[in-house]
Amino acid sequence: MADSTLTAQRSRAQQRPRARGTRRRRAEWVGYLPYLLPGAAAFIVVIGYPLMTNVYFSLFKWRGGMAPLRWNGLGNYVDLLGDDKFWTSFGNSLAMIVAMVLVPTLLGLVLAAVLFDYLGRRFGAQVSSVLRATYYLPQILPVAVAGVLWNWILNSQTGALNEILRGMGVAAPPNWLGDPTTALPSVMLVLIWVQMGYPVVIFMAALQRVDPELYEAAELDGAGWWDRFRAITVPQIRPETFVVTLTCTVAALKVFGPIYVLTRGGPESSTLVPSYYSYLNFFDKSQVGYGSAIATVLTLVIVVVAVIILGLQSRSERREREGV
Amino acid sequence: MAVATEVRTPEVRRTAVDSRYRRGPGRWLVLAAAVVVGLAVLAPFGIMLLNAFKSPQDYAANGPLSLPSGLYLDGVVAFWERVDFPVKLWNSVFISAVVAVLGALLSLLNAYAIGIGRVKGRLWIVALFLLANMLPQEALIYPLFTMAQSVGLSNSQWSVIIIFTVIQSAFGTYLLSSVLGTFPPALLEAAQLDGASRWRILWQVVFPIVRPTLSVLMIFFFIWTWNEFFIPLVMLTSNDTQTIPIALASLQGDRMMDAPTINAGSLVSLVPAVVFFLIFQRTLTRGVTAGAVK
Repeated sequence: MADSTLTAQRSRAQQRPRARGTRRRRAEWVGYLPYLLPGAAAFIVVIGYPLMTNVYFSLFKWRGGMAPLRWNGLGNYVDLLGDDKFWTSFGNSLAMIVAMVLVPTLLGLVLAAVLFDYLGRRFGAQVSSVLRATYYLPQILPVAVAGVLWNWILNSQTGALNEILRGMGVAAPPNWLGDPTTALPSVMLVLIWVQMGYPVVIFMAALQRVDPELYEAAELDGAGWWDRFRAITVPQIRPETFVVTLTCTVAALKVFGPIYVLTRGGPESSTLVPSYYSYLNFFDKSQVGYGSAIATVLTLVIVVVAVIILGLQSRSERREREGV
Repeated sequence: MAVATEVRTPEVRRTAVDSRYRRGPGRWLVLAAAVVVGLAVLAPFGIMLLNAFKSPQDYAANGPLSLPSGLYLDGVVAFWERVDFPVKLWNSVFISAVVAVLGALLSLLNAYAIGIGRVKGRLWIVALFLLANMLPQEALIYPLFTMAQSVGLSNSQWSVIIIFTVIQSAFGTYLLSSVLGTFPPALLEAAQLDGASRWRILWQVVFPIVRPTLSVLMIFFFIWTWNEFFIPLVMLTSNDTQTIPIALASLQGDRMMDAPTINAGSLVSLVPAVVFFLIFQRTLTRGVTAGAVK
């Protein structure tokens, strides 16, 4: 912007401060639009258009590729309602939420508080940071690699776990991933192992914000560890709890890689999840329309859940502000 | 902390607190519990290390917990040759690095318009980008798959690169926009008074200041893309284009995969991720705080 216009605007602004702000800004933001262009174009090509096309596909019966698309209206969605596997897959999503959100968040909360407020103070910061790094380790490796490793450990014949159990005298150790009754709990344990470090790290970072004098004062007043945990730790890190809950819930609803490498949804669909079920329909059963319908429903569920969590978060923030 | 307590608290209380701090068996119990959790997390890695260099006969005879009786390298060699590891390593590095650079660039351009340009409707734009980051990839994959085929990018790493550049930059835009939203206006006004164009302001004023945040974003993008599974699995169908996680997963169920090969394969596959993390751990913590201060 040239000097003269700025000066002119300044002198005008002194007389009419209101008008200056809006007029100048309107001219300003339009000039920045070209910078949004590549992002917008890429967004439309890679996200917007495919998402719409997916919804469109879900209205057809289509075997994929060169096969003809046959109009099916909402038929695929009606079929979903009567499809046991569809309901199983969403039921298993609840198990995934337990394994990837509920347990890791609660464990993470306790571990972070213990490391920060208890062990960190009694044994030094080094001890707690080493433990934190240990808990976080599973998070940095590709989840498919972790899955392959666990798949072998849990293998009924040659796996490490059953070798150990047989060595201890267990005659017929369970077929962890091959038995419909144990497969889901086994997958859940692996996911807890993968996921746990994330809330620990986030919560410990959050605790850095808390004034240490709060803890000292509470301790001097005779508050035990549990009282301090409930009255100081939990309320202080509420914003991070929402972030962790949101990101982990979305991840749990989307989970694919671990299921693919651990069980492929089996045995007998006992570990089937929506994302894997749609993948099966797309690339295995060649029922592209049906797979698209599953993916569309999953998208809607994720958006609704995310909006609910964000709503809860803003309500809690509002209440906190009013409370203060 | 001990000093602070000593200064502030009366004598009687201090000794009470001190005794709770220093003595008592309770703290050792808590430490033991935390260490046990840590060992449980480490156990699979330990078992992997123990068995990656153990011969199948040794494994059959002595089980998974014994130390290997000799250094057996056939597992590593078998995995290395079977998946042609150097090719897979290069594919992973290439895809992740290009996505990191392009994704950060796209995030910067978007965030420049949103955070500094204050484009109208920016809240909706950011919300849209956030939403894109949460979408299940299954809801995009089949159209993307057919689109890639129709433009001749099937089984091409560029299809994966383009897709992840957009998906990662969706998050990057969200983060950078809020960072740039707090950019010191005095700096911008000074540059404008000097007659600098928007393009020059972006590269000579904004870019140098947000560089730490950008490098953190690039590290995130690299690791996330490196670890991605679903889209590469669908889009990269031949041996010479696949990434490490896909190659390892595709060996699964192969009858020739014995315990040392699986363990060596897992070990070799996770080493790059761990090394990368160790190298950039410092940058991560430093960059995050630098971004926060500015």
